[in-house]
Amino acid sequence: MRPTRPVLLVALSALALTSCGSGSGDDPDTVKVAYQRSTDNKVRIMDAYLAGIKKQFERTYQGKKLRLLPVQASQDDYYTKIQQMMRSPKTAPDLVREDTFLINADIKSGYLRPLDDKLAAWKHWDRFAASAKASARAEDGRTYGVPDGTDTRGLWFNKELFARAGLPADWRPRTWNDVLDAARAVKRAVPGVIPLNVYTGKGAGEGAAMQGFEMLLYGTGADPLYDPAAKKWRAGTTGFRDSLEFVRTVFAEKLGPQPSDALDPNVSTRVAGEWIPEGKLAIALDGSWLGKYWQPDGSRPWPQWSRVMGRAAFPTQDGRDPGRVSLSGGWTWSISARSTKADLAWQLVELLQSPENATDWTVRDGQIAVRDDVAANDRYRSSMPGVEFFTGLVKNTHYRPALPVYPQVSSAIQEAMESVTTGDASTERAARRYDERLRSIAGADGVKAS
Amino acid sequence: MTRARAHRTALRWLPLAPATTLLLLFLAGPIAYCVWLAFTDTQLTGQASASFVGLANFRRAFADDGFRNAVLLTLVFTVLSSLVGQNTLGFALAALMRRASKPVRTLTGAVVIAAWVLPEIVAAFLLYTFFNRRGTLNAVLEWLHLPQQNWLFTLPILAVSFANVWRGTAFSMLVYSAALAEIPQDVTEAAEVDGASGLRRLWHITLPMIRRSIGTNLMLNTLQTLSVFGLIWAMTRGGPGDRSQTLPVFMYDQAFLKSLIGYGTAIALLLLLVGAVFSAVYVRLLREEV
Repeated sequence: MRPTRPVLLVALSALALTSCGSGSGDDPDTVKVAYQRSTDNKVRIMDAYLAGIKKQFERTYQGKKLRLLPVQASQDDYYTKIQQMMRSPKTAPDLVREDTFLINADIKSGYLRPLDDKLAAWKHWDRFAASAKASARAEDGRTYGVPDGTDTRGLWFNKELFARAGLPADWRPRTWNDVLDAARAVKRAVPGVIPLNVYTGKGAGEGAAMQGFEMLLYGTGADPLYDPAAKKWRAGTTGFRDSLEFVRTVFAEKLGPQPSDALDPNVSTRVAGEWIPEGKLAIALDGSWLGKYWQPDGSRPWPQWSRVMGRAAFPTQDGRDPGRVSLSGGWTWSISARSTKADLAWQLVELLQSPENATDWTVRDGQIAVRDDVAANDRYRSSMPGVEFFTGLVKNTHYRPALPVYPQVSSAIQEAMESVTTGDASTERAARRYDERLRSIAGADGVKAS
Repeated sequence: MTRARAHRTALRWLPLAPATTLLLLFLAGPIAYCVWLAFTDTQLTGQASASFVGLANFRRAFADDGFRNAVLLTLVFTVLSSLVGQNTLGFALAALMRRASKPVRTLTGAVVIAAWVLPEIVAAFLLYTFFNRRGTLNAVLEWLHLPQQNWLFTLPILAVSFANVWRGTAFSMLVYSAALAEIPQDVTEAAEVDGASGLRRLWHITLPMIRRSIGTNLMLNTLQTLSVFGLIWAMTRGGPGDRSQTLPVFMYDQAFLKSLIGYGTAIALLLLLVGAVFSAVYVRLLREEV
């Protein structure tokens, strides 16, 4: 036997090894859809909706199959999971639900396919609001996703608890101090109740950065987070420190939940499913969609909610114009760049966005409409008490800076919030650490000190 | 003749070829890839292409107070739960069980080992409910009219250290049970006849005789403890703030939540280094005296 023989054998066995494991069976007639399934097992809104879509799709396109890939995870874990799926053609879903908060980072990574060729020939694209169309438009000017709704944010308050604290049922706070004073009044008059919830820290994730912090920050002046003209992130602003100080005040004065509850990853589930319906929380800085949980078909039916809960716009810091702040996000349907079935996936997008299905989804999920035909639809307008109020906030709403590094900036904000919530750091120190983090994220020339 | 021998050697390698190939493919390959990643700025998202950045990730780590905090907490966690907790408790249990009656021995062994064979995540949830603000421990304290504590919030690193002791003591107990059983009876008896007290017997006879097992046990324990992730993640997620963020949790946070795969991998290599330092210290301390 010649000495080359072992070499040959090694090569052969290597070949044998690598050939198994391929052939994962990517069926050309099956379109795979990845979406987030709530960690609250009572919430199956998307699952129920997509089950109906699957039936429609397989009826409409004979011989084609739709495979649902639910990812049951918290939001952060969902993003990580789909990014990893999209890294390889073997695991990439064809259609994926993307949060507009992250979509630019994923576009830059080359995970998504531009849809301009499809959109050009699609008659419904003109129905979408301009801001919604822009939410999935990348720096290269191309569009990578079709939004299926948006949301706005404001204050929910419990009128019964307010009555006990001597506060009006038509409460209209004009400044941050009005909000804090109302919380203090509740704390004095109604012991055992959480006066005010503002999401904070890494547990609540993006919910803390956007629903908590940026609702405050965007009421302190124009473009407080990122300066689009200079293309730089802003460090060291007074607005940033004031917003952190607000968060610190809420927890230092014990106007919020116990810090350990506030920092728990499941806090948002508890706010909507437990604290508000059980009358344990007086004021919640929260989203337009809360009502959907309390509807008869929601995860926590609560027949009295429309009578008990009032709504108010969140004020700017000291009442400056326009006097109210809201932030909006939203999700899009996007096609994975590594999908081999882009055409089939697009047919599915068109089906998802037929006027009936689009309206159905918007109503089911308690979304704010992004299409004029949906917004005008009677079924939408009468879908839920308060839908008019939250739709009205759209004209003063802000979108987050849609940049690839935004997720990292968001996590730096969450850490700053968490350190003032626990009392580990002073406002000053947390703001300084944020500025340092910002420079390491965006580079020294991507940051502007003010 | 020599050619024939060379031939035979080559033939001897033959049966090992498939296994070697497998190892190279599935172990050495990914490890090499990891080492490579640590020197790049690879991100999970938000980046068109990655590039080689040399030692930048390591420089960044040493300048990052989050990393320093993680190293410190890792040392606290390892010393508390592995060196002090599992090791001492495991030895104590093993020593006490030698004297116990058979039913006591069986029962104790079963309970301790049960905690060890539980899947990590199950153990983590059990301990989460134990330490939670409205959990078992506070209920017991309330019943005893003692002040309650929000353990997972005020002392998270102690809570997870305790959890790791609870879960990992069985391993040390088994190692030491085996080691103590090896000590020849006549040596202990001779010492007893000479009137050596229990403590002196322990210090001068038992410990030196099982020093090898102590070294092995410390090494394995430490390396296991250094890489504990699921337990901490499920109990505290490294929080509140970063008060229980040991290196594996910090690594996960950087790599998968902040998308900095390159930086996370560099931290993984540094964690490997921490393990190597511990191992080297044990090997030196427990070297046979010549």
